[in-house]
Amino acid sequence: MGQNVNRNVVIVGAGHAGASAALQLRQNGWQGAITLLGAEGELPYQRPPLSKAWLKGAVSFDGVVLRKAEVYQQQGIALRCGCRVVALDRGAKVVVLSDGARVPYDVLILATGSRPRDLPVPDAGLDGVVTLRTVADADGLRSRLGSTGRLVVIGGGYIGLEVASAARALGRDVVVVEREARLLARVASPEVSDFYAALHAARGVDLRLSAAVEAIGGRDGRVTEVMLTDGTAIPADTVLVGVGAIPESALAEAAGLACQDGIRVSSTCGTDDPDIYAIGDVSRRPLPFNGGAGRLESVQNALEQARQVAASLCGLPAPAPEVPWFWSDQYEVKLQLAGLPGSEVHRVMRGVSAEGRFAVFHIGTDDTVRAVEAVNMPAEFMTGRQWIAQRRAVSPARLADVAVGLKDAAV
Amino acid sequence: MPKVIYVSATGLHTVIEAGAGDSVMEAAVRNGVPGIDAECGGACACATCHVMVSTDWLSRLPPAAEAERTMLEFAVDPQPNSRLACQIRLTAELDGLVVHTPVSQR
Repeated sequence: MGQNVNRNVVIVGAGHAGASAALQLRQNGWQGAITLLGAEGELPYQRPPLSKAWLKGAVSFDGVVLRKAEVYQQQGIALRCGCRVVALDRGAKVVVLSDGARVPYDVLILATGSRPRDLPVPDAGLDGVVTLRTVADADGLRSRLGSTGRLVVIGGGYIGLEVASAARALGRDVVVVEREARLLARVASPEVSDFYAALHAARGVDLRLSAAVEAIGGRDGRVTEVMLTDGTAIPADTVLVGVGAIPESALAEAAGLACQDGIRVSSTCGTDDPDIYAIGDVSRRPLPFNGGAGRLESVQNALEQARQVAASLCGLPAPAPEVPWFWSDQYEVKLQLAGLPGSEVHRVMRGVSAEGRFAVFHIGTDDTVRAVEAVNMPAEFMTGRQWIAQRRAVSPARLADVAVGLKDAAV
Repeated sequence: MPKVIYVSATGLHTVIEAGAGDSVMEAAVRNGVPGIDAECGGACACATCHVMVSTDWLSRLPPAAEAERTMLEFAVDPQPNSRLACQIRLTAELDGLVVHTPVSQR
């Protein structure tokens, strides 16, 4: 033990990870000052609804806020919104704000998140070409989708497909342009990709797969079309670029912390500076169920690392490692994923994709479950998640047979 | 404005004035009531907002939909009066609702 819970902690970044770490530190008995610095003007909020209910006007800011302002006051957390950190001075142990103010720390937690990757094509700076990360982005996109016109989504990943789903619900014409031969190519199995391609096509989305963007064209500073490398021009009133995210690690890199697609951290979120930690999207963390390290962009990861750093700083036992999980809502279909497939797996299908209820299990050579993707099959998701945590072996043949109860598929 | 009474596993009572249309989960999380984690933010995807509804209130709630019933089976130590707090919408009729948070959600 010997942890000093009276130190002064500064958290840079007030997203899901940063805000949760502040609250978790207090819950764990942290006595020292906690300062939470957020770059955005609003109270910390949840990002997942921004690509879903927010665009349809089905939720207000009060509906996505993480905690009311009073909760931070009651917990003795100094929350400063609209506060941009421009430098980190590790020698003096201070962070420097954009107005020149210097905020001293004993312990620093970097929770700076990630930002949308830019599209490396000419004229991507036209009015009407947008990305989606913040509530301000989501407001802008919602007002664009409120008027008539065509939305072209560049990138068939989760953000792009969720926005496509919301835009169709609003009656907009939608084209999705994906460079790979299938949707969700980096993050889902071919079975899940094919299901979502059929779903979006059935709901009237014009899918262009294996289609690379050459340029974005406009007139008078406003976007008018997306040009593909095969010469096709797709008329567009709004273009959403959803081609992945990159970690906001510039502060850490400038300060000389070890970075490699994210700030490298230990299982307690420590960086190579003993007084600096990093959590959430910005961190490259050990992956206990897969080996190696990786960056995870999810609420589950943000919360897990908030718990890890808060336990470590307060001298509490490390929480049990969690299986990474994620979800996506498109139309009325719920996709829930647990685990990371990795290599050396084969896939077992349970259920029928044409019926809109199926799960794809990723099974290792030792028959243990490594990952599950469940479409409208919450029991398969929850069971799969437990099996992954237990490194449970299953019978692939029984698992593939929906007549066999799920529990009876475990060996 | 319906009131909700949250009772922790250690017997601590917290009374919250919920906003109209809030779920039992949202009213708890926004006001910092411990014991309701709600990792998915109300998408019925995680079962970390598991509560036990006081039995005299249970029959006054709309029944759980299939997705909620399935997720509840996988909550830690589910009870006959278990519900997911994110799926209970507060109305004037539910003023005074009492829910208990489980030991597993601190």
